[in-house]
Amino acid sequence: MDKRTIIPFGPQHPVLPEPIHLDLVMEDEVVVQAIPQIGYVHRGLEKLVEKKDFQQYTFVAERICGICSFMHGMGYCMSVESIMDVEIPERAKFLRTIWSELSRLHSHLLWLGLTADAFGFESLFMHSWRLREQVLDIFEQTTGGRVIFSVVDIGGVRKDISEDMLKKIAALMDTFEKEVKEITDVFLNDASVKSRLVGVGVLTKQQAHDLGAVGPMARASGIEEDMRTQGYAAYGKINFKPIVAQSGDSYARTEVRIGEIFQSMDIIKQCIAIMPEGEIKVKIKGFPNGEYFTRLEQPRGEVIYYVKANGSKFLDRVRVRTPTFANIPALLETLKGCALADVPILILTIDPCISCTER
Amino acid sequence: MAEQTIGKISPNELLSETLRLKNDGYRLVAISCTNKEGIELTYSFDKEYDFINLRLNIDYDTTIESVSLIYPYAFLYENEITELFGVKITNISVDFDSTLYRIGVKTPFNEPKEEK
Amino acid sequence: MSILSITKTLFKSLLHGPYTEKYPYEKKVNFENTRGKIEINMPECIYCGMCERRCPTGAIKVEKELSKWSIQRLQCVQCSYCVEVCPKKCLTMDNQYTAPSFDKARDEYTNA
Repeated sequence: MDKRTIIPFGPQHPVLPEPIHLDLVMEDEVVVQAIPQIGYVHRGLEKLVEKKDFQQYTFVAERICGICSFMHGMGYCMSVESIMDVEIPERAKFLRTIWSELSRLHSHLLWLGLTADAFGFESLFMHSWRLREQVLDIFEQTTGGRVIFSVVDIGGVRKDISEDMLKKIAALMDTFEKEVKEITDVFLNDASVKSRLVGVGVLTKQQAHDLGAVGPMARASGIEEDMRTQGYAAYGKINFKPIVAQSGDSYARTEVRIGEIFQSMDIIKQCIAIMPEGEIKVKIKGFPNGEYFTRLEQPRGEVIYYVKANGSKFLDRVRVRTPTFANIPALLETLKGCALADVPILILTIDPCISCTER
Repeated sequence: MAEQTIGKISPNELLSETLRLKNDGYRLVAISCTNKEGIELTYSFDKEYDFINLRLNIDYDTTIESVSLIYPYAFLYENEITELFGVKITNISVDFDSTLYRIGVKTPFNEPKEEK
Repeated sequence: MSILSITKTLFKSLLHGPYTEKYPYEKKVNFENTRGKIEINMPECIYCGMCERRCPTGAIKVEKELSKWSIQRLQCVQCSYCVEVCPKKCLTMDNQYTAPSFDKARDEYTNA
């Protein structure tokens, strides 16, 4: 009978960007079961609806997370606009799409750097984050902030991007593509990287469906589901197909995210080519009354916003169900049967954003 | 606007409806809860972009069965609802017993002396 | 399958030199759109109090009788909501950041 030991992992660990705790039940270097414990960053943001009115809550909703901050603000504003039946101008929809795709680009580059750090390849980590700095400079020139933009509002967006800035962004995407290709070739072809990623943490298509995985985690196992094909914001006018891989291991998830980086650059170039002129904001009157569910595609997967309003200045309820919350059971399943040295990599392949999970 | 079907059911029908949706191939997307003159629970399901919600309206003392026998990953949602709202849910597959978030106040969204 | 495929990037970065700014010898120049801190044009202010009502953090305080407008620098999140709602357009967003400080000091402006 093998002896079982319990090793605590986290909440402080050099490889984790945010605190999460797992109790790993081990039998001689192989993990048998994992028991999660979350709640280290719980700030109670959903209870703030009682104190901030529905227009001030945009700023709270943006600060739920630092990496996916623009899409949180956008999802909240889209829900309130649907409740109040407000149609925002076309130019605002295209501007929101451009900023969302730039957010996806910087989030995936951040993830690539953290994965390289997890298996010890520090110079690749530094080069990925060096490329990410160019995207953050675009954000600062257009919106004024590097991480928290404060540029989306109920009824449209608050700042416009001028014609020269748009041409500059389009030209930057071309040079950026070559630089990113050098780094991603190392991820996909290098022998030492492949030996850490291929065959680690396999999730079959049936398991991914039964456990409710979302985002790149599900698309790497063959499930083709991407909320952007539903056509919110300006996505209805852009050609793209969801990127799917079949093998279901960590290498497939890296392939899906790298494919999404190049797809984002292509979507930004298409948006800039067909951008219409016009207003960027509509004035809103009155208070919202009703309820609505909005589904968006964040870099990590499918996110759901539920807003319930009762006709006064303060909302009744705002609920955010983030993709990491749905991917945690899939993580616990892939951890069964892996070696102890693979645990940091498997935790990073779900792209954990714990401050989103426990608003 | 757009397609948002919300069907009202009673607590006894919850398990049978959930089993029927699971056999149809739907996945559980979220369980939401609102506290306004009683507890209002909403179970959301999705299959290939088709979005269905089931709504239950109960008062503070009703106990309901957990759906984690059918959808094993529902335990996270149900633990959060018992901790923040104080709704009584029995037979959750992995029960944290109100230590998921470990907050100082007992059920912050459902304080006993406040009225809405 | 290849080995040592990062050598090309490594050589390029050796020849390029450091990618970072050599602070404190060269200071960073902020972009013109950067949200640094709020500035007020005091003679134009009519003390209506719209900025105080709309501020999401409650950093601004307006006192009409004393002709005083004050802002707590460390509580402001630079969202520029007050800049949008001011009816006289006397508030602007400057692109230099506030200097760091130990205590929560309020910056006060009077027009007495």
